[in-house]
Amino acid sequence: MSAAVTSPPELSSAQLVDMLRMMLRIRQFEQRAIELYRDGVMRGTTHPYIGMEAVAVGACAALRRADRITSTHRGHGHCLAKGGDPRLMMAELLGRAAGYCKGKGGSMHIADVEAGILGANGIVGGGMGLATGAALATKVAGRDEVAVCFFGDGALNQGIFHEAANMAAIWGLPVVYVCENNQYAMSARADRFTSVPDPAVRAGSYGFPGLSCDGMDALAVYKTVGGAVARARAGGGPSLVVCVTYRYLGHHVGDPLNYRDKAEVEAWRTKDPIERLRAALLERRVLTAADADVMRAEVEREIDDAVAFAKASPEPDPATLAEDVYA
Amino acid sequence: MSAVETHAGTRVLTYAEALNEALREEMRRDARVFVMGEDVAVWGGGGVFGVTKGLVEEFGTERVRDTPISEEGIAALAVGAAMAGARPVAEFMYADFMTLAMEPIVNQAAKIRYMFGGKARVPVVFRAQEGAGRGNAAQHSQSLEAWFCHIPGLKVVTPSTPADAKGLLISAIRDDNPVVFLEHKMLYNTKGPVPAGEHTVPLGVAERKREGRHVTVVGVHTMVHKALQAAEQLAGEGIELEVIDPRTLVPFDLETIVASVRKTGRLIVTHEAYERCGIGAEIVAQVVAQAFDALDAPPVRLCAANVPIPYAASLEMAALPQVDGLVAAARGLMA
Repeated sequence: MSAAVTSPPELSSAQLVDMLRMMLRIRQFEQRAIELYRDGVMRGTTHPYIGMEAVAVGACAALRRADRITSTHRGHGHCLAKGGDPRLMMAELLGRAAGYCKGKGGSMHIADVEAGILGANGIVGGGMGLATGAALATKVAGRDEVAVCFFGDGALNQGIFHEAANMAAIWGLPVVYVCENNQYAMSARADRFTSVPDPAVRAGSYGFPGLSCDGMDALAVYKTVGGAVARARAGGGPSLVVCVTYRYLGHHVGDPLNYRDKAEVEAWRTKDPIERLRAALLERRVLTAADADVMRAEVEREIDDAVAFAKASPEPDPATLAEDVYA
Repeated sequence: MSAVETHAGTRVLTYAEALNEALREEMRRDARVFVMGEDVAVWGGGGVFGVTKGLVEEFGTERVRDTPISEEGIAALAVGAAMAGARPVAEFMYADFMTLAMEPIVNQAAKIRYMFGGKARVPVVFRAQEGAGRGNAAQHSQSLEAWFCHIPGLKVVTPSTPADAKGLLISAIRDDNPVVFLEHKMLYNTKGPVPAGEHTVPLGVAERKREGRHVTVVGVHTMVHKALQAAEQLAGEGIELEVIDPRTLVPFDLETIVASVRKTGRLIVTHEAYERCGIGAEIVAQVVAQAFDALDAPPVRLCAANVPIPYAASLEMAALPQVDGLVAAARGLMA
């Protein structure tokens, strides 16, 4: 009905400041996670979101608490941006009983269903069907929540993308597919394995809008994803938004990084999304440089607190091993 | 042993009609329940086997949803919908096609609750029909229940009668866990008494179908009926079979089977799934671990041969366990 809705509401000054704070929070969280992993305090692996903060924050700024997201193996940023608690997340990273998943999930399975976070996901493309199904439930129940599915460029080539996108299209489901094109699926540069230079054109095969935006610019992401969210909420159906971004670090900590040049990384770092939003807010005078410094220090303390909380939490009792296999 | 709760009269229905009644009653009772799958609405007025017949007329196309041929998508959307508050019943036209949907069933549905520390529910039913007997050949005749039994977090249900089909499907829909509900294509037209109205059969309770002193036979789906036929034949020879239908494979009512083996001292497990790594292997292992002392003979498995299910009638018959084989196996155990 309201397919014409293409612009999200203007962001207030307070919202803009919150977005910058969230981007700082994500980066600080990730930096601490990397340290904890390198120190041997964290097990498994961690997939840093550093460099991509504008995507999660810009997209989630367009969402309500009742809206739902699905995330990826690189999920900490999405979880924080949708309202996840950094203390419970950090405790989960350290495999502690106080963590979101009581230590049973770890980095790749953090979820907070009450906050609309249907989970990070260890399977590339694993969230595509889940987000589309959440949107289906919304439609069947006649509610107006929207589902946002975050996924990487690598997931574009999973079969589930085709199945889910087609079903979303034929049924007009309120789902927005947000592709974080961070240029690499592990060692594979996007143009090696994706048949078109701009994956947004794939939306054309399903008959819904495919848009691209600067994924290093939180305001551009907000505008583009927010427009798609407004359209979905108004009954206009699904969209694909490709956010062109970059992961500064490896696929995971310990990536040999033999597949890309340092010069390329440095070029992307000059487009840093946090610096960019900070500069925009200074220019708009919604923030002073001193305010920004205070904010950075506050966020550092907040993440210090999350780490302290995590470390203070006990490890799970082995007696809980078989709990929660079934409801 | 049967823990059937009944509050109304009983009619004779087919297995397919009983399943239809379960879906209809649950959809009336709970607006969160919806049905989705390939050809569940338009085709023949309700599915290739008629299980969803008439539902779209009563509940409309939002709640009775024909889907594209996208098995992974069907399963994954059902899981996502369940996480968002719905109680979907996703149908796969053949269990063989569930091989295309293993990712969302195995990696997502089965694990979400545990991975998330018990803070999520995935109340979804994955319905499918399996089994051989009508010349559908290798890709439309398999019995794949062991695949799902292997995965913690899934429940697995295999009704053999119309009454159980209704009562177990209602329990599956009301369960807050993902349930793989496997029907058998050769049972859809079989008839039996089915309680009208509220009728539930709890998941995890076996039923003793026939009492006997000499050999315990645990059968799945059609093999329950073949075991009852074998029991009739052997009765004339003074050999008594005790026939048990586990009805659900996960959770599994080991207690009822062990109690029976303690009485008979002999065990045959029979199913249409391939013998190698089939559920029979698990049942035998568990019975041996619990009741080794009670066994008078090594347990016997009568299952499908370890070959793809063939097309020609003579070959298909040869691939599946038959009544004659059960009779011979029971005689062998008594010799």
